[in-house]
Amino acid sequence: MTRMTVKRKLEILSDAAKYDASCASSGSNKRDSRDGKGLGSNEGSGICHAYAPDGRCISLLKILMTNFCIYDCSYCVNRVSSNVPRARFTVDEVVDLTINFYRRNYIEGLFLSSGIIRSPDATMADMVRIARRLRKEESFRGYIHLKTIPDAAPELIAQAGLLADRLSINVELPTDAAVEAYAPEKSPEQIRGAMADVRHRKDAAQDRSHRGRRPPRFAPAGQSTQMIIGADGATDKTILGRSTRLYGDYKLKRVYYSAFSPIPDSSAKLPLISPPLQREHRLYQADWLLRFYGFELDEITSTTRDGNLDLAVDPKLAWALEHRALFPVDVNTAPKELLLRVPGFGVKTVKRIVSTRRHCYLRYDHLLRIGGAMKKARPFIVAGGWSPGSLTDSACLRARFAPPPEQLTLF
Amino acid sequence: MYHVVIPKIGAATAWRTAARGFLAAQIPPHEICWQEPGAAPELFARTQAPPPTGDIKVSRRFVAMANSVVWHRDRDRFACLYGFLWRLRDAPHLIGDHGDPHLARLRRMEKNVHRCQHKMKAFVRFREIGDREAPRRSFAAWFEPTHHTVEPTASFFARRFGDMDWRIITPDKTAICVDGVVSFSAGQPRPDLPEDAHEDLWIAYFENIFNPARLKVSAMCSEMPKKYWKNLPEAAAIANLVKTAPERAEEMARAAPTLPPLRAERMKERLARFDASDVSGPPQSSAAHRQK
Repeated sequence: MTRMTVKRKLEILSDAAKYDASCASSGSNKRDSRDGKGLGSNEGSGICHAYAPDGRCISLLKILMTNFCIYDCSYCVNRVSSNVPRARFTVDEVVDLTINFYRRNYIEGLFLSSGIIRSPDATMADMVRIARRLRKEESFRGYIHLKTIPDAAPELIAQAGLLADRLSINVELPTDAAVEAYAPEKSPEQIRGAMADVRHRKDAAQDRSHRGRRPPRFAPAGQSTQMIIGADGATDKTILGRSTRLYGDYKLKRVYYSAFSPIPDSSAKLPLISPPLQREHRLYQADWLLRFYGFELDEITSTTRDGNLDLAVDPKLAWALEHRALFPVDVNTAPKELLLRVPGFGVKTVKRIVSTRRHCYLRYDHLLRIGGAMKKARPFIVAGGWSPGSLTDSACLRARFAPPPEQLTLF
Repeated sequence: MYHVVIPKIGAATAWRTAARGFLAAQIPPHEICWQEPGAAPELFARTQAPPPTGDIKVSRRFVAMANSVVWHRDRDRFACLYGFLWRLRDAPHLIGDHGDPHLARLRRMEKNVHRCQHKMKAFVRFREIGDREAPRRSFAAWFEPTHHTVEPTASFFARRFGDMDWRIITPDKTAICVDGVVSFSAGQPRPDLPEDAHEDLWIAYFENIFNPARLKVSAMCSEMPKKYWKNLPEAAAIANLVKTAPERAEEMARAAPTLPPLRAERMKERLARFDASDVSGPPQSSAAHRQK
């Protein structure tokens, strides 16, 4: 067999990596290379160096070390029973690509994942070797995200956490039953065990020794996970319930929702549908409400019919429409918690409202300048020169925001 | 009437020094004409700003904002800043008043500059211009920012690329970093940079990380506006990716499931055998680890 070129390998192994949604490069510790002895920096906020036509940002070199895999997960393009072309990068090739892409300002760092070859330990050991080469020999100070293999030895996870900024382990599907049905070799308990292990190591790395010394930081950008949406029958209520528990139990930085998307050479077990992108979007919105807007899980799920979020309007608006007795709120007097519940007001807008109303009485045009989405907020607020009158309680309020009904086609 | 020319390089310090002088001498905004170099000088104008004297106390938030706004492309930016600074003398709380139209305009300019800086950090594309084996490798990029953002953003590149030399050439300013020291000189026309083999690999990556089943062109364009495309090597691939996406997605859906490769059966058998015997050996289960 002729040897594959690096370009061909890159084509195969980036094609295989695209179903991982995460491309974040933010939230790690600050560092730079001003001393001239290394390459790279991290300044807290991530940078998206390009956008693909699917609207997703490209911040990291997201590749698989190899797409050979001994597992047979139905939703996965790399499952053993698939006929996609296979390739494997050497350690040198991954290091060279990362460094050279970084120097040309194409990327913030590396997101390395892998199919499972030989054994989980052998695969994880190879990934750790790549991270160590980058950090120790190339003095690379950019971002590294390692997708850890749930059943790899704990010593390897410990090493990975000291080299990488972020670790992630995918829970894959929202329910244990679905994981058992579609990913027969993976065990939900084992995945959760691995996440708990990462959490404990991260917590332990916060404790100072008796001399006040800090241990080396463990995965400073935290851990994240991903669930595939729409491959099994789980409702949004189940999904959000699962992610609330993940955030709470394992202190995850992010849960990514990935709409199940057609893959080349799909399995007969999972018929292909066009990916439910709108549903994915609504789940992210609900996820944000839970984390940054003080919403409780049952508040969001109580407005859902049949356990799924309304696709026509966003979850905050859906909640406000169901709780109109609380509105309109007066922007000049309402507490911050209530302002955060106004559709069209984001966290930043609310912060500005609270700081500005100390100096002056807020009028409607002030709010426009502050940056609220006033078309959406209008029916739910009172401000100087503006009162919604009967608009708040009008029966047709939902229709103003929902997309116009689609006429069914006859043919 | 005073007439001040703020130079292109070092505009932030120049504006700040001049503004401090005017403020100390109590010169109201309408008596100052702020100009960029190259504008026709006004007749009978005094060109010297009074030297700054004494201590002038200004909100730190204003200073931070001014340090960004001076790099905006708007010709009125210097006057607008000084006008607001003048108002701050009697009403220091104005800096926190998000409803004030004057401040709103300055904040808008600040936001534009920040966005432009952010996009510059993202979209500058270096090509290697020196010897790959040299102790310090050197790279160069041509970039066309919307505002005058090369100067405030150069320190970011210096912090990031500490072990290499680089230069970023733009139509109105050039930033050069040699041995970790950044300097600025006048702008240049677009240079002919040598071909770089990694660009080809980067485009291959861009094409393959794209998922044709999730085409969302407007989301891409809002974050990566078309005005930047001409200097992004990967942008050349976009048109074809967008054109062929629906066809590729349909084809994936149409394709009938294939028979698994022979390898799959062998792998499954091996996995089953090892799981049944539960011994440590490839592939290992976690139970095996715990036994160790």
